[in-house]
Amino acid sequence: MLLIPCPFCGKRDEHEFTYAREAHIARPTNGEQMSDAEWAQYLFMRKNPKGVHYERWMHAKGCRRYFNVARDTVTHEIYAVYEMGQPAPAIERENGR
Amino acid sequence: MSQVNRLPHGGRIDRSKPLRFVFDGRAYDGYQGDTLASALLANGIVLVGRSFKYHRPRGILSAGAEEPNALIQLGQGARSEPNIRATQIELYDGLIAESQNRWPSLTTDFGAVNSLFHRVFPSGFYYKTFMWPKSFWMKYEHFIRRMAGLGKCPTEPDPDRYDKLHAHADALIVGAGPAGLAAALAAGRAGARVILVDEQQEMGGSLLSDRHAAIDGKPGAQWVADALAELRSMPEVTLLPRTVAFAYYDHNLVSLMERVTDHLSPTSPEALSQPRQRLWRVRAKDVILATGAIERPMVYADNDRPGCMLASAAQTYVNRYGAAPGKRAVIMANNDSAYQVALDLVDAGVSVAAIVDVRESADGELAAAARARGIDILVNHAIVSVAGKLAVREVEVRRMAGDGKSVTSDGRTISCDMVLSSGGWQPSVHLFSQSRGKLTWNQDILAFVPDRLLPGQNNHSVGAARGVFSLSGCLVDGHAAGTAAATAAGYTQSAGNTPVANAQPAHGPMRALWLVSSTAPLGHKAKHFIDYQNDVTAADVALAHREGYRSVEHLKRYTTMGMATDQGKTSNVNALAMMADLRGISVPEVGTTTFRPPYTPVTIGAFSGIDKGDFLDPIRKTPLHSWHEQHGAPFETVGQWHRAWYYPKPGETMHDAVNREVKAVRTSVGIVDASTLGKIDIQGPDAAWFLNMVYTNAWTKLEPGRCRYGLMLGEDGMVMDDGVTSRITENHFHMTTTTGGAARVMAWLEDWLQCEWPDKKVYLTSVTEQWAVLGISGPMARKLLSEVAPDMALDDQSFPHLSFRDGVVAGVKCRVYRITFTGEATYEINMAPSYAMHVWRALMQAGEKYGITPYGTEAMHVLRAEKGFIIVGQETDGTTTPQDLGMDWIVSKQKPDFLGKRSLQRADTKRPDRKHLVGLLTEDPNEVLPEGAQIVAELKDKPPMEMVGHVTSSYYSPNCGRSIAMALVRNGRNRMGETLHLPYEGKVVKAKVTEPKFYDPEGARING
Amino acid sequence: MVETYQRRSALAHLGLVARAAGSSRERAGIIMSEVPHRTIVNIRGMASDPAFSSAVQTATGLPLPEAANAVSSAGVWQILWLGPNEWWITGPDGEADSLIEALRANFAGQHAAACDVSESRAIIRLKGPKARDVLMRGVSLDLHPRAFRVGQCAQTGLSRANALLHLVDDAPTFEIYVLKSFSDYLWRWLETVARDFGLAVEA
Repeated sequence: MLLIPCPFCGKRDEHEFTYAREAHIARPTNGEQMSDAEWAQYLFMRKNPKGVHYERWMHAKGCRRYFNVARDTVTHEIYAVYEMGQPAPAIERENGR
Repeated sequence: MSQVNRLPHGGRIDRSKPLRFVFDGRAYDGYQGDTLASALLANGIVLVGRSFKYHRPRGILSAGAEEPNALIQLGQGARSEPNIRATQIELYDGLIAESQNRWPSLTTDFGAVNSLFHRVFPSGFYYKTFMWPKSFWMKYEHFIRRMAGLGKCPTEPDPDRYDKLHAHADALIVGAGPAGLAAALAAGRAGARVILVDEQQEMGGSLLSDRHAAIDGKPGAQWVADALAELRSMPEVTLLPRTVAFAYYDHNLVSLMERVTDHLSPTSPEALSQPRQRLWRVRAKDVILATGAIERPMVYADNDRPGCMLASAAQTYVNRYGAAPGKRAVIMANNDSAYQVALDLVDAGVSVAAIVDVRESADGELAAAARARGIDILVNHAIVSVAGKLAVREVEVRRMAGDGKSVTSDGRTISCDMVLSSGGWQPSVHLFSQSRGKLTWNQDILAFVPDRLLPGQNNHSVGAARGVFSLSGCLVDGHAAGTAAATAAGYTQSAGNTPVANAQPAHGPMRALWLVSSTAPLGHKAKHFIDYQNDVTAADVALAHREGYRSVEHLKRYTTMGMATDQGKTSNVNALAMMADLRGISVPEVGTTTFRPPYTPVTIGAFSGIDKGDFLDPIRKTPLHSWHEQHGAPFETVGQWHRAWYYPKPGETMHDAVNREVKAVRTSVGIVDASTLGKIDIQGPDAAWFLNMVYTNAWTKLEPGRCRYGLMLGEDGMVMDDGVTSRITENHFHMTTTTGGAARVMAWLEDWLQCEWPDKKVYLTSVTEQWAVLGISGPMARKLLSEVAPDMALDDQSFPHLSFRDGVVAGVKCRVYRITFTGEATYEINMAPSYAMHVWRALMQAGEKYGITPYGTEAMHVLRAEKGFIIVGQETDGTTTPQDLGMDWIVSKQKPDFLGKRSLQRADTKRPDRKHLVGLLTEDPNEVLPEGAQIVAELKDKPPMEMVGHVTSSYYSPNCGRSIAMALVRNGRNRMGETLHLPYEGKVVKAKVTEPKFYDPEGARING
Repeated sequence: MVETYQRRSALAHLGLVARAAGSSRERAGIIMSEVPHRTIVNIRGMASDPAFSSAVQTATGLPLPEAANAVSSAGVWQILWLGPNEWWITGPDGEADSLIEALRANFAGQHAAACDVSESRAIIRLKGPKARDVLMRGVSLDLHPRAFRVGQCAQTGLSRANALLHLVDDAPTFEIYVLKSFSDYLWRWLETVARDFGLAVEA
């Protein structure tokens, strides 16, 4: 079980959180002008990387705030947590990870 | 004769406390401090079980958790437990144990016939034989399962109780041998919060079996006692003996299983007053792995005869338990540690016939000591056969040929009753491996040792667990790790001095000899066991190699090596190394072993703790729950809520009760507990804008005091929830959601507000439980309300449909909403839950003269279905659009945007032949279709038939005098009047497609 | 208005008053009780906005706690931190309407909200030297006195319910706020755990 540092409440067990979704996917404001294919790109397509993943979590049993997490999908290492609206931090990883 | 092999003195057993126990129906004596294994050995019992596949007679191999052979059925009746390692069962008075996997008895076992036919049971036998023809597997399986069983599962419920808890530590130290104790002392002295666990009843690890060690000038055992006394005096140190750290999860979460009363007679008052076992989930800042090492057996011919044992195990039985595993030992080794065993045995009066050393020479300090004691040392020799079916009788030794791959004819037989072997030591890297650390091969000690830690985990292997076998090395390691853990956690007090060990004899180099040759070719005459528990032999590994299963993963799956309950603690490295030899590559090139939880098996009871039965999942109760209970209502589970389902009167069936309740609402007045509806308070200047975005219809013009139904879509255009939202003031709304969707909707709304529209000024608060909701519905509802709320103006002008008013009902401040889910005039009375029982009773009392009828969720569903009102999650399934439901009218064409709007324009969502919600009327009006029944348009003699949809809701409607159903049917709106077929339960039912409205389609009844 | 005896607390059906009469507190490691009714007003606003914190302070006389899990209290009133823009003001029963009125008046022109949630929660008080031992069975938070201090609060999972824990004093006394629908479950769960530590019930 992961130990997730909620930026507001501090470190809590994973069971207090719900995973939201991949972060930094802005909702298009011009959906009406987009083709079905473009809209599907926003609606369905996700990165699913091996390595650093920028994702949203919500502290469901705590402050109920959404926040962003940069997590390694292989090791579960959490490189950073940051509030909504902040840009994704660049994560430099050591060789071999 | 009692305890024939009990040594006259020595050991840590309490000879003043004799205990009586029963094994396979016979009574024996032992002492407090014995394990079942040591007590059996003291009684001269060496045959304790039969093997899994060949039913070979087996004895006790080890003295610890690694035991693959001595698996015991412990206890009786409901408390009976299979596959417990005799080496870890603490003896108590009255203990009853049975051997497993034998019939009719241990000495005469019919299953042993498998062994005679070993040629037909090679590796991969099951895969090769029983998978063809495929359909026959079911027939074989029964036979195989019976033959290849271990213990028996108890069939009665477990009478014991279990405990579980969370704990936190600066340092969790696993293993209380010299390294673990040194670590605990250092961290504890520095002030850190320490949890020290050891799987044994007594802490001290190897020091408990070591007669020569001395630390800080004290005998080892005394140093242990003093260390434990000091640790006990530290308030921040928790000592957990009898506790196994069985799982290492992400981010330094370690699970422990404490055996609280397993060492006590299960029916003793002391045992009954406590939980049997306790599961600890420890989040530790640092984990110090002082888990020691496990000795490897050597792989020689018929190395599984009862009496074949690990050398160190014999030493432990003699030194710690005062029990000799036999009278006369032959020891085979590839290293120096076995010489110390020989010396200890001789000191204890057990004879050592010979030390068979596979190395070309033995010149170390310990070998010299052994020679000086007159022990026969045969270097460059090997044991090539072991005689004695039910107990070792003699061994044959031969001089080895130069390469170690064969033997010469030079040799002799030696009579003995035990064969002790030492193939070197494998550090217990199980937890490190579970923490996803990477292992590396150390050629000096011929073992895997911890290498790289997974980022995000924080542990330190110390002492033998990382291949440091010297006592002083263990102490230095432990002290340093304990100090470092405390420092890292911010503790600054002194950790004291590193404990200092006395001088220990130096050990010479080992010889890598992974398979000891015998005189016959491998697989003939004798069996060289590698994995005792799964009966995997060297010949099986060779077969796997010949057939191309050469990587570690293939080897495991093909031979089942390492896949038994012991997870190959004594076998994995031997098998890997043998494969490496066969392939002519190094051990790590074949692969490393990966260990997964649990280290040793854990009871399911410990995982559940008290969370079973009623506590398995919380039951959410409304403030009126006890009233429903008292009035005989069964409950329907909706999410975690329990909602009153119907209220049967004496003699009524469910059907009768529901019909009565449904009719009462249409003819007079019914009352329902709707408190479970989700409710969200929405405040802020952008609240109306927000509602416009999350609902499909328009909200800006809704006047304060008015209510409106809303449909919520996912961004994919599919219906996700619905409910009525009311405008309290200009910038203040009250939203209701479905009962089951409340939490999801709240999270969904917060997601958009916090993540996508942070600049919008809207605050949400869940008020689901701030308001209890009582609905009164029916032609007499208004009259009833007027009597209990005399100050409220209830005429259609003052209080029209789809509006709310604040007022006093039965003396209680309430907010009354005029909305309907039945199609009748309905008032949903909202109040503080603490007054709900009072208001409910007042309404029941005042309504008596109208025949007020409490109705449950079933009647509510019938009533809404009669009107064709949908239930999200019943008429919808995440692939249903508003258009599919025929609810185009609620989708705004004017609003520039709302969630899901764009997706409604996707080609697939616009398809005209999607599944539409329609009504279904069966040909036979009394036939109530099962919900979920599949619908076909073209009936054929037999499947497959094309399915065009399914029934979503189906009831008997007393108001229509017939059954009614709703269904999602492909192109349904264009099939009005068509007859469709529903084949189910061996018949075919015909039903006509209609509009999904069955009662009062004009909505005339809404004003009562 | 109806008489107060017609009002029922969340755990009224358990007959705790009668049970308390027959319950010896002498050697109890745990004393459990229900706090029947209390004003709880949920407030939302920007902590960084001095106008908001002063509006709260004016209405309550209490400073707005800005640190995570902090509580400010004076007498029977307290403000509990729930999140970066959310707090509970708790106090004696029946004060919610007037407090909200005062708050809303002070909030004029700000993006702030107040909402009565008094009736949504039950409060279970867990007191005694073994209180932490009981809670450790259901809470993954570190409750060590150095980690969770007197006067702190935390929202977390308690067994299978969500709860807010407030450590009131070093008896230690915990006040556990839980949704009323879960209160029957949570009381029975706590009681079952507490039996191993010597349980007494207090009215």
